[in-house]
Amino acid sequence: MLVLDNITKIFNPDTVNEKIALSSLSLHIKPGDFITVIGGNGAGKSTLMNAVTGVFELDEGTITLDGENITHLSEHKRAKYFGRVFQDPMLGTAPDMEIQENLSLAYRRGKRHGLGWNISAKEKAFYREQLARLGLGLENRMTAKAGLLSGGQRQALTLLMATLVKPKMLLLDEHTAALDPKTAEKVLTLTDEIVRENNLTTLMVTHNMQNAIDYGNRLIMMWDGKIILDISGEEKKNLTVEALLGAFSKASGSAFASDRALLS
Amino acid sequence: MFISWLSSLPGAMSLGMIWGIMAIGVYITYKILDIADLTVDGSICTGASVFAMLLIAGVPLPLCLLAAFVAGALAGFITGILCTFMGIPAILSGILTQLMLWSVNLKIMGKANVAIPGRKFAVWVSSLFDSSKNLIILGIIVAVTIGILYWFFGTEFGTTLRSTGNNPKMSRAQGINTDVAKVFGLVLSNGMVALAGALLAQYQGFSDVKMGQGAIVIGLAAIIIGDAVASRISKNFAVRLLGVVVGGIIYYFVYQTVIFLGLDADLLKMLSAIVVAIFLAVPYWKKRYFSKKKKPAVKASGKEESSNAGA
Repeated sequence: MLVLDNITKIFNPDTVNEKIALSSLSLHIKPGDFITVIGGNGAGKSTLMNAVTGVFELDEGTITLDGENITHLSEHKRAKYFGRVFQDPMLGTAPDMEIQENLSLAYRRGKRHGLGWNISAKEKAFYREQLARLGLGLENRMTAKAGLLSGGQRQALTLLMATLVKPKMLLLDEHTAALDPKTAEKVLTLTDEIVRENNLTTLMVTHNMQNAIDYGNRLIMMWDGKIILDISGEEKKNLTVEALLGAFSKASGSAFASDRALLS
Repeated sequence: MFISWLSSLPGAMSLGMIWGIMAIGVYITYKILDIADLTVDGSICTGASVFAMLLIAGVPLPLCLLAAFVAGALAGFITGILCTFMGIPAILSGILTQLMLWSVNLKIMGKANVAIPGRKFAVWVSSLFDSSKNLIILGIIVAVTIGILYWFFGTEFGTTLRSTGNNPKMSRAQGINTDVAKVFGLVLSNGMVALAGALLAQYQGFSDVKMGQGAIVIGLAAIIIGDAVASRISKNFAVRLLGVVVGGIIYYFVYQTVIFLGLDADLLKMLSAIVVAIFLAVPYWKKRYFSKKKKPAVKASGKEESSNAGA
């Protein structure tokens, strides 16, 4: 499915602020994998996501998706393969556009944007049906501006947008981190439902170790731009937070450096 | 004096409508694409000079208008290339193109200004005409313009322009080439501005290399006044665009009035700039000093989390 081969990304090279964000990282994702990604601040989790989606050019290495080399494909051209949900609820939707207009953009992801009228009546019915599945009552507010929604509602809408047209991969970058615990739980449950229903290959970055253990079939831990742990199958099912922390100090030779992960 | 003030209003209305059309062009960049495009100070004169030179050379008037639009669109294209392909900040890109256009406009006209004697050429609008004729023709142009733009921004492609201005990161995640959207928006905007320049050249009977000075400020004033009026009536896009034209008309009514009240005409540009500055500051002040305290639990924790976000 997705193969990352020895990818490296260095920010601010040859300056005092030089930061090796990804260091010869390789990862092979199989179809149907639901991978959770954990790691402390600055471990390279978000950089990994941005590398996959083409936010920047890599310094080294290649990215192959279903046999196609997408290493140098621009971000907007890659978009047809990936459904994305960001950490910041503000980033996933256009706040001054209607809910249905936001959905219409997602519905045309990777297609040509012609001069036909944007939303047809048939499409509206489809959006209404899809919104109803979220159980948030948004199907009755389709002409409301997305900016009026709460953070949780926006993340749910973004999730729906990311999967409205089935992507090759779903990429979730700490998409519940900015929500209160109750809303975060709801959005996570919804995520799990959508992933299962569509059998989506998923990469989910999270700062919550328990969530990383509870969801998905495979867990990777990052440190210093590298993958230091890759656990799947039965072994993952039997994981505990304590075991993870132990494995981390053994693999990295230091204590886990994120208060957030420890607290949650 | 009151009578002469009253008799100046139809003229002010015509001028206001022309600047309103120009302001619709500015609206596309400033409001829809979220770019402050300073190209317009130059492209309005580019439109005027291309129009004037072609009309004097005997080209049919509709073709002259079309050529003016294309010339402005080309100026917008250059700004677009500067701020996308060449990575120069949008505001600086506009300034650079504006500077280029100063030379271009002088070369087009061959001198600093060119007269279009209204009695010699069959122009559509002119300060020499009966006002009602001007207003009818300008009304038709405004209606057609708003109609076309309403359609365009409702299409699939038009929607990508709106989303690019509203949330570029999300737009790219949805497979939209935000560079193409920006360039096209700048092309359309400056085409409209140049068209307004061609109308202005007809109305005042000449094209002058200095006619665009401060055009962006007048455009912004029209947008701000228009938004204040239209947003109370409807959120419909066509109403908002009409509001911009109404904003232009109100601007020129106020302009005429302060002149009649005896204000030194030299001070007018400063007055416009101050008024626009204050109106631009109001939303910021509202947010900064008058916003209600946010609910602590949800939003505060959200803020903290996002500021902690690592690489």
